[in-house]
Amino acid sequence: MIVDIKGVRKLYQSPEGEIGALDDITFSIEEGEFISIVGPSGCGKSTLLSIIAGLEAPSGGEICVDGSPIRGINPKIGYMPQKDQLFPWRTIWDNVTLGLEVQGRRDQSHQEFVKRLLARYGLAQFTGCVPGQLSGGMRQRCALIRTLATGPRILLLDEPFSALDYQTRLSVADDIYRIIKNEGKTAILVTHDIAEAVSMSDRVAVLSARPGRLKEIVDQPELHGLDPMRRRDHEMFHHYFNRIWKEIDISA
Amino acid sequence: MPDMLSEERARYLRKRARSKRAVLAAQAVLLILIFVLWEAAARRRWIDPFITSSPSRIWKTFRNLYASGDLFRHLGVSCLETVAGFSLGTLIGTAIAVLLWWFPALRRVLDPYLVVLNSLPKTALGPIFIVWMGAGPGAIIAMTLAISLIVTILEVLNGFGSVDTGKISLMKTLGASRAQILTKLVIPANAATFVNALKVNVGLSWVGVIMGEFLVSRAGLGYLIVYGSQVFKMDLVMATVILLLIAAAGMYQGVLLLEKAMKKHLGVSA
Repeated sequence: MIVDIKGVRKLYQSPEGEIGALDDITFSIEEGEFISIVGPSGCGKSTLLSIIAGLEAPSGGEICVDGSPIRGINPKIGYMPQKDQLFPWRTIWDNVTLGLEVQGRRDQSHQEFVKRLLARYGLAQFTGCVPGQLSGGMRQRCALIRTLATGPRILLLDEPFSALDYQTRLSVADDIYRIIKNEGKTAILVTHDIAEAVSMSDRVAVLSARPGRLKEIVDQPELHGLDPMRRRDHEMFHHYFNRIWKEIDISA
Repeated sequence: MPDMLSEERARYLRKRARSKRAVLAAQAVLLILIFVLWEAAARRRWIDPFITSSPSRIWKTFRNLYASGDLFRHLGVSCLETVAGFSLGTLIGTAIAVLLWWFPALRRVLDPYLVVLNSLPKTALGPIFIVWMGAGPGAIIAMTLAISLIVTILEVLNGFGSVDTGKISLMKTLGASRAQILTKLVIPANAATFVNALKVNVGLSWVGVIMGEFLVSRAGLGYLIVYGSQVFKMDLVMATVILLLIAAAGMYQGVLLLEKAMKKHLGVSA
């Protein structure tokens, strides 16, 4: 297993009192697996992602990556925020190499690696453009390549498609799924969209309302290996959708 | 792109150009009308030109000022003080804002001081600067700084605070240091804030310079206005006010040009 979440708790302190965001979350993720975290809004699913990313510290418990507990930012982990967050004043090339630039690793071999990624995913001729000139789907692909550029093994996706319209969202989800599988990355996706979770992941972790507790992890063996578009047509799609939907509904 | 414009498109473009010309013409006519009316009223003694002056007398004053070489001397002094004022105000204000962004605790301590200083009418400090720095350009520039500094700090800090937290999280997960977050994200994201601060400061600096020159100087447009009113030469006062109008508008246009160049350089509006 690559990620091991052990008894993670998170409390937020404020002058008005203590708010429990996460309570005793325990599960683990295998290398190359795609797992989604769903739950009612405010259940702390984004908090869990922030803790795995090292942006926040847990109040209790720990998270191990490759067996060693994480403290702060970890280069093995790549984070994809809500919206693409491309910097409008930088060209696509300067955006996708931002991580390398920050880490002082924008050398020849890393640049070649990024160029190959851009070429493989149809962005090679747009390197000189600014983000405003690209479509929402292309921008999302750039955001993913920016994350892949520094070579993380685990990708954290925090509702990355929530800013896109429905039509674009379906095709972008398909796109992103293929890239992640193609590059052999482990992925953790946080979303409020059950259909998105069912169509992209191997397993779906369902959290309860605040404070978020792990209710169930739904494995979807029939859907493994299929891409999102195909899954939406699969006979088991609605079965899993309804099961997860009911699970969230009871807890809300 | 089609080489032939559609009938509707051509009509739209013609209409647009026509209305633009009409507005420009109306603006020009209004300006001419004001001056003609002013001149006529003064000549027909509806108003007393000794008090109100008149366009022809203002023109004569301009030519005298130009002939004696005073025109560019006074204009130059005021412009120099203003440029020094708004450049220093923007630079120092931004530097302090960066410091307060870097040390949030410092910001929390200084916050009430900033708020109180911001509400103080800064012109009240004029006499203090004169005592401290002597009656000269130093006191005048200090005056412009007093007026523009606090506003700049508050505006830039506000801009820094409105940077998308998602972008900051992204930078952190990429391993960026605080200095990198500042130079690669917070400052470029606020290009528009700096230009806005500069725009506001050009206006405020003129207030500071004229105010300062009223109080202390022996040169500059503010000095000419005060001197003119003291010796009751309203022609000089009016001529200087018009000169001031042209200089201030010119400087503002300069900043707009800078903004345009910056937007072009950055590709998109920041």
